[in-house]
Amino acid sequence: MARQFSVRRQTGFTAIAMICFFALYLPIGVLVIYAFNAGTSLSVWEGFSLRWFVKAFENQQVIEASIRSLQIAVVAALVATAAATMAALATTRTEPYRGLTLKYAFINQPLMIPEIVTAVALLIFFSRIKVWTGYSGLGYLIAAHTAFCIPFAYLPIRARLENMDLTLERAAADLYATPWKTFRYVTLPLLWPGILAGLMLAFVISLDDVVITEFVKSAGQDTLPTYMLGQLRRAITPEMNAISTLFLLLSICIVTVFFFVNKKRI
Amino acid sequence: MSEAAKVIEAEARRDVRNRWLLSMPALLIILLAAVGPLLIVVVYSFLTPGPYGDVQWQPTLSGWINVFLERDIFDETLSLADAHISIFVRSVWLSLVTTVLTLLVGFPTAYFIATRPDNSRELWLFLITIPFWTNLLIRTFAILQIIRNEGLINNIMIKLGLFASPVQMLFTDGAILTGMVYVYLPLMVLPLYASMEKLDFRLLEAGYDLYATPFQVLRRIIVPLVKPGIIAGSILVFIPALGAYVTPSILGGGKNLMLGNLIELQFGQGRNWPLGAALSITLMLIVMVALLFYVRNAKGSGAKHG
Repeated sequence: MARQFSVRRQTGFTAIAMICFFALYLPIGVLVIYAFNAGTSLSVWEGFSLRWFVKAFENQQVIEASIRSLQIAVVAALVATAAATMAALATTRTEPYRGLTLKYAFINQPLMIPEIVTAVALLIFFSRIKVWTGYSGLGYLIAAHTAFCIPFAYLPIRARLENMDLTLERAAADLYATPWKTFRYVTLPLLWPGILAGLMLAFVISLDDVVITEFVKSAGQDTLPTYMLGQLRRAITPEMNAISTLFLLLSICIVTVFFFVNKKRI
Repeated sequence: MSEAAKVIEAEARRDVRNRWLLSMPALLIILLAAVGPLLIVVVYSFLTPGPYGDVQWQPTLSGWINVFLERDIFDETLSLADAHISIFVRSVWLSLVTTVLTLLVGFPTAYFIATRPDNSRELWLFLITIPFWTNLLIRTFAILQIIRNEGLINNIMIKLGLFASPVQMLFTDGAILTGMVYVYLPLMVLPLYASMEKLDFRLLEAGYDLYATPFQVLRRIIVPLVKPGIIAGSILVFIPALGAYVTPSILGGGKNLMLGNLIELQFGQGRNWPLGAALSITLMLIVMVALLFYVRNAKGSGAKHG
């Protein structure tokens, strides 16, 4: 039977798409498989083993870097999301007012400037401040991460606000709710999925960052990605695959939750 | 002015004031840890390099002069800095090729996703979203393992008898290109998909009714309608590719530098912070030009279809 004609069909597109998906997942698949290799090779399979995962968990540097990564990501994501929520409330559902474009430009600035430029700028700025104040703790990394997380947290919150039904808030106001009560009992519950999505995006973005962290960190402040970057320049063992696999697993979990939170409509 | 009008105006003014207060935390954080430091970079680009990195507070143009020129150490004459220029040219070239390749692969892929039935579309979209949010370093590492001398590709090719001995793929421009296409592909597919999702497929039907071939439908109907997605995707790939640091430093080795690595070098071994600052601003200017191009084109296409 002849294939039914479809206006949507374009010859070869499906094939290219399949190759594309295959190519996207093949390298990741190989990486994950060799995390379970019994031998020390990344290309010769010598049997199944969990030894590299055990090794990773016994590696003090890996543990410390992971904890540091999580600390930074949690604080940066929470602060960035709070700031982004307020900024989103301030920049949506309004007639254009003076300075609105400037606010957009500011909030989206970290998206438009190449990471390496921001990294260099922060290196210069923070090294000055380190000299002046003598403080060299995690605060610099947290501040840097918070700044570049704000646009990512802002996007889903703003999208949510713009699609929200204004009539519910008007109804609350008609029933003599104070602005605060309207916000607390009407706006915030409706906005919640957006805030949650923003929080998760910010968390993942902070967790993944290499370049800015690499430039801003002081000695002994490796996060998991910068630790891995350092290791990649040396001889690599499947321990790196094991760490990558665990990292991937965490990202995939967060993205999955994000995907479904974001898809849910009221 | 009537009383009522005054009240309304005061109300509006208060609203704007509250909106400024609400956005202050975000604006301050970004000012402190993103925009402000950029201005300091501009200042630093006009200072004298210090002997152990950092700067001395003597204004000079040498940082900027060194971006494209170099002073001969013997007779002090200026000549074009071939090394820098070739890195600039290579960075722009590799980023452009990356953009074109991701577009060539990403367009059919996005179209494929957009033409799936509703129930399976979410799944395909999800499969593109996962690499989008997984660590770029890990994805680069994955590519590294595939194209190493002892990697999967060489192993398979040798088994098949196509290569006699391992072919050196790592630490070449090809490796950087492969890595960049791989890591930036989702950045191209997602905006393309967002455009195609809104595509009115009845227009395609109209095209076929008028005896258009599938290729004509693609070129004359689909491509013009999803042009905003094409431009957005190209910008989203081109900008990070141009400033790429992780991918070229892992896959390009020490020799095949891109702009990001050249900048990093000035703050590491090079110990020439003003030159690094000037290079950073130059990179930023190239990005600005690309963004202006985007804004202009996005506006143009919006007017045409809107």
